[in-house]
Order: sequence, then structure tokens, then C-alpha cells
Amino acid sequence: MSTQGEGRQKISPMAVWLPLFLFGVFFALVIYGLASPASRDVESAMIGKPLPEFALRPAIADRPGLSSSDLSIGEPRLLNIFASWCIPCAIEAPQLETLNAQGIEVVGIAIRDRPDDVAAFLARNGNPFSRIGADDVSAVQLGIGSSGVPETFVIDGNGIILYQHIGVIRREDLPLIMDKLAEAAR
Amino acid sequence: MRGLLFLLVLALCTPVVWAPLAAQDTLPPAPYAYEQLEDPALEARAQALMETLRCLKCQSQSIADSDAPMAGDMRSQVRKRIAAGEEPEAIRKWLIERYGDYVSYTPRFTALTWPLFLVPMLIVALAALLLRRRFRRGGEG
Repeated sequence: MSTQGEGRQKISPMAVWLPLFLFGVFFALVIYGLASPASRDVESAMIGKPLPEFALRPAIADRPGLSSSDLSIGEPRLLNIFASWCIPCAIEAPQLETLNAQGIEVVGIAIRDRPDDVAAFLARNGNPFSRIGADDVSAVQLGIGSSGVPETFVIDGNGIILYQHIGVIRREDLPLIMDKLAEAAR
Repeated sequence: MRGLLFLLVLALCTPVVWAPLAAQDTLPPAPYAYEQLEDPALEARAQALMETLRCLKCQSQSIADSDAPMAGDMRSQVRKRIAAGEEPEAIRKWLIERYGDYVSYTPRFTALTWPLFLVPMLIVALAALLLRRRFRRGGEG
């Protein structure tokens, strides 16, 4: 008994509150984690790296297909990953039209899509693309670290990926996209 | 009772309802998305790898478990590469280069993750030290 008594005497009054304090910290962390769930966006790790080599067949009859060599010709390009079955892609279409109207060349990759469906989608929502490649097995999408549609990449004149925009380009995102393109032109 | 039965049926139907919703495109799946490799040994290697790769569309599932079209495309690519003689760890590395560590479920010892491995060992060592002192004191008393 005496040894236990000695043990107790050594604990300072402050130390008694330590476990409760630690529990409080832990509890606060849990509440914080629940209140602000982590982002579900998966960012590409390919920013600053060159595009992988690829050559995609045309997705529709009246636009050429897309290969990696079309994206390293000394001028920056906007590469839009879309699909006719992707509903947010239709919401994004007017913004791509705006960018195209400002003289920016937009190229597209249609993911797992049929030529008829792509043509119908573009007839409905406008066609800002100078080239559209068809990626039927998401090979290029996986190659550039894209995890969904729509996503948009800024590619510089040497074929280096400079920026990835995940999700719909909204009206308020346009200045950011223009900035990144200007950066790519430098 | 009928309510319970209804709930059970609903619960059973949920994954069935989900699959077509996720597969919005009308293209047939990639060649090896739902088809195994002919060589069982190669298929086993591919399967082991696929179970440790994250589906990027449905982030709590592996690509082996997911019916998302993108997971199917990833499976097809994994199987084709394994069939072509590529090492599973080389394929994992290729994906990590594109999506970061997030795409792999297998823990890695990196500059960021080392405390996860070392801190538990330190805590166990500390506990052992404290217990030893305590037992020794108990023995003396």
C-alpha cells in the first residue's frame, strides 16, 4: 500500500487533467473532421510534365482526331475532356464557346462516346472544338491523370501540362483560365 | 412485417439500381473490363493488383469491386499490361505518377507517412519502459 501512496503523491494536480485534455483535443479533431469532409477531387500529378504520346481517331465526321503531336506546336491549347452522356458538360459549353470566341483554340477528347451521340451533343450545345479525339477506353484520360468529366487542361506550346481544371468551367472561372493560358503563352 | 420485407427488398435492389445510373455511356465495356485473362497465373496477379487500386469515381471501392465504367477501363488496362509481361508494381508506379499515392491502397513508407509506422513502435517502447519500472518498484515493495 505504501508504494502506491508514494506513486500517487508524485502526480501533480495539473497532470490529473491531462487525460481529459487529450480527450478534448481528440474530440475536437473528430468534430472538425466531420464538419469539413475532405475534397473528393483527385488532382492530377502530371502538372508540369509532358503529355503522354497518343493518337485518337476522330470522334465525329467533320473534325479531325487528336494526337499528342497536335498539342506541341508552339502555341498553348485548351484541352477539354467531355462526353455527350455527361450532363455538367452541357452546362460548361457556353464558357468554352466564349473562350473560343476570344481566339483560344479548344481541342476535345470525348470519353466512351459514339460519333452520333457526340454530333448530337455538339449540335445542341455548340461546337467550340477544332479537333476532337475519341477515347473509348479512357486510355488518354488515365495517361494524363484525369478522373472524370468534365475536366480541362491548359497545355503549353511544348506539350507540357500546366493546369488542370476539375469540373465545370463556370462563368467566374473564365479569368482564371485566361490567366493560365497567358502563362502558358509566355 | 410487410414493411420489413419491403425494406429488405429495397436494400437488395439498391446496388442493382446503382449500376445503370453510374454507367451512363452506351459504349460496350473495354475488352478486359469484365473478362479474365486466359492464363490463371496472370489473372491472379492482375486481380491482386486491382484489389489494391482505388476506383477514382467511387473512392471507397477498389477497381476490382467497382462497376463504374472508368474502373472497367482501368481493369482492362491493368489486365492488358500484365498480359504483356509488365510487373504489377510497375503499373502501380505508373498510376501513382498520374494520380498520386491516393490511387493505391497499399501503404508506402514515404517522407510523409513515416510517423504512421514509427509512432506506434515508439508508444509501445515507452509503455514497455513505464511498465518495467512499475513492476520493478512493485517487486521491491
